[in-house]
Amino acid sequence: MTDTTIPQTGGLRLPSMSVLGPIIALVVLLIIGAMLNSNFLSAANITNVLARSAFIGIIAVGMTFVITAGGLDLSVGSMAAFIAGLMILVMNAALPSMGIGIPIILLGMLTAIVAGMLAGLLNGFLITTLGIEAFIVTLGSMGIYRSLVTWLADGGTLSLDFGLRSFYRPVYFDGILGISWPIIVFAVVVIIGEIIMSRTVYGRHCAATGSNEHVAHYSNVNVRRTRLISYAALGILVGIATIMYVPRLGSASASTGVLWELEAIAAVIIGGTVLKGGFGRVWGTVIGVLILSLIGNILNLTDFVSPYLNGAIQGVIIILAVILQRERKAAS
Amino acid sequence: MTPRPVVALNAVSKSFGPVEVLHNVNLALHAGSVHALIGENGAGKSTTMKILAGYQPPTSGNVTFEGDPVQFDSLQDGEAAGIVMIHQEFNLAEQLSVEQNIFLGRELKRGPLLDKAEMRRRTREYLTRVACDVAPDALVSGLSNSEKQMVEIAKALSRDARVLIMDEPTAVLTNRETEVLFKQVAALREAGTAILFTSHKLDEVAEISDQVTIMRDGDVVHAGPTAEMSEDAMATAMVGRDVSDLYPSKPGVAANAPVVLDVENLSVPGFAENVSFTLRSGEILGIGGLIGSGRTELMEGLAGLRPASSAKVTLFDQVTHFRRPSDAQRAGLCYLTEDRKLRGLLLERGMRENLTLANLHKFGGFLIERSAEEAALTDAIAEFDIRAGTRDVQVGNMSGGNQQKLLLAKVMLSEPRVLIVDEPTRGIDIGTKQQIYAFLRGLADAGHAIVVITSEMPELIGLADRIMVMRLGTVSGMLAPDDINEDAIVRLSMGLRAEKTPQMA
Repeated sequence: MTDTTIPQTGGLRLPSMSVLGPIIALVVLLIIGAMLNSNFLSAANITNVLARSAFIGIIAVGMTFVITAGGLDLSVGSMAAFIAGLMILVMNAALPSMGIGIPIILLGMLTAIVAGMLAGLLNGFLITTLGIEAFIVTLGSMGIYRSLVTWLADGGTLSLDFGLRSFYRPVYFDGILGISWPIIVFAVVVIIGEIIMSRTVYGRHCAATGSNEHVAHYSNVNVRRTRLISYAALGILVGIATIMYVPRLGSASASTGVLWELEAIAAVIIGGTVLKGGFGRVWGTVIGVLILSLIGNILNLTDFVSPYLNGAIQGVIIILAVILQRERKAAS
Repeated sequence: MTPRPVVALNAVSKSFGPVEVLHNVNLALHAGSVHALIGENGAGKSTTMKILAGYQPPTSGNVTFEGDPVQFDSLQDGEAAGIVMIHQEFNLAEQLSVEQNIFLGRELKRGPLLDKAEMRRRTREYLTRVACDVAPDALVSGLSNSEKQMVEIAKALSRDARVLIMDEPTAVLTNRETEVLFKQVAALREAGTAILFTSHKLDEVAEISDQVTIMRDGDVVHAGPTAEMSEDAMATAMVGRDVSDLYPSKPGVAANAPVVLDVENLSVPGFAENVSFTLRSGEILGIGGLIGSGRTELMEGLAGLRPASSAKVTLFDQVTHFRRPSDAQRAGLCYLTEDRKLRGLLLERGMRENLTLANLHKFGGFLIERSAEEAALTDAIAEFDIRAGTRDVQVGNMSGGNQQKLLLAKVMLSEPRVLIVDEPTRGIDIGTKQQIYAFLRGLADAGHAIVVITSEMPELIGLADRIMVMRLGTVSGMLAPDDINEDAIVRLSMGLRAEKTPQMA
């Protein structure tokens, strides 16, 4: 309460461990990778890692908003599988009338985005308007979408028409200036996400809602709408990720997108977003996604540790990330 | 009078940090006697009871039990000695049955297994004694508040309490249930139990208690046999503080000042019914009444924070109904919450984000202009004299007074023309109080209209031009400037009409 001893802020102050931690982990992984295998830092490998990260990454950006606003979505993996199946069915069905061409691809993309948005809105509606726990609602919808895609595929695989597949392939494999489309889309989503989270009213409202929904309500924030939008946006991003994913394999089955939800949530948490809500950062999520992908990549490139231990190492990293978060809380 | 008290406080003082909340309190409970402890909110009743029951140690003075000084290290120690306290918020495990609750921690066993049959038999016996008609295996979560109260009392019976302390036991009971409770209290008194209870209902105090102790601001101001005191005398003893120049002078509201807010029959389901009042430009309307009388919920309903219905609400000559707080904000009406920690401020955030949260639309279009926010914070710190050390301090680490000033600054960013403040000075020091009073009066002088909800009697009287008193969700009286006095407010809050006509609650 004295105004004489104001500690100086600004200037050279080391960022806290919660900011540095994920960055340091990423740098360490890069160094280890480069030391173990000379191909690790090659353009081909880096492109490969980034392109594979893009699906989870795009979803994880949406997940960052949902978690920051105090929610959770376990259904994104099965939602992606369901949307992929639906997209393939719609495009195959439209093929006789529309033929192979840009319009049918656009129809498929529109299907994915609309389906994703509706699925997200449904989750959001059940959670915000009916007031059911997010965990329960999305656990339920996770089962529903997984089951629906299995049913649509009749227990097997839904395949995109061969001619269509060849036409659609470039959306995954081509790009601009040697950078493939998934990486470009991922980058755009991240930049927009980061701006919305840190610089706009909506981002501020998400953080306030997740931090204390009563305070948010008393501060004229429409808590329900803020949450609903976060689920709908996540659904749309799942649709976009699926648009990138379908041309890669040209098929969807019951095993499409399995455990994506856990990878996305793990990436968000490793990146420093607080699981209970109230604080989120999109750039951290990107680092989280890259850390998870690099671990798998390094294990594949070296014989040092069995690739089968990928999951175990990821698990250790996730737990470490949460311990770091807790120490930040204790320090403050 | 029995010569030796069962339990007594001798010259007990209690401080929380630098603030002393009890000063030299003496209180003695005797076997076979019912003792009432009364006083305004914040007079120190709860602390007194907690020290008696061994929940908190006194800072100075001592507690004697059977004449010997004791120091209970935990409430288990107190209970083992036979002192049982029933809290206002029940101390029952909601997901367990009545029987499991009554024997919680002292389960009867036969060998290694629970003796359920015996526990059930005894539970039935205790429940019969308090005339409580619930099954021993009913879950507590399914019981009404009054049934829970009865279960608490049955639990106390099962512990063979020698001293029973009850914090406002009748607050949640209907008249009929209160009668049952009093019968049980009388039976316990016959059996030699020492009983202490608090109540805001003076008629009950007169009816059931043998002794009464009256507290005010942490002091015992009166102690003696209840029979020697009228209800009016009790009310007078509870109040009666002089109001110093802590409060700015009241210029009085001009007779031709326009009515800016006219509320007709506003109801908030479960909390308030058919409340009507008007508010003039330049006026400070005080709302008095006990905590739980529906004041807060009524105003939250008006501001769109909770569902409400009304015949007609006119604000600045426009008929309105606010469904959301943002509607009210746009129309120029803002509500400042009583609970700055849970509803007012994001404690783990900084001042800037808290200040602008409700008005982010004023700071840029799509992107928030951080420089504009910083400028607003600089202005707020200067205008409201917020002293917080660094600018980026976490709000949770600021003192209560500075938090309250920040909250006031946050609400004022909305530029309200009608401002409703709820407990604006709760838990803050006297210097900050004075600043807030001066600020509110300044707003009124500038033509704003203000509603102040407060449980502090001096604040109500010192600040308000006119006072509306609420009781049990309805308006029990409206006091014009010339009729404002503590006596009248206490009577209206307690349900005593103008003169000596005792009202049943």
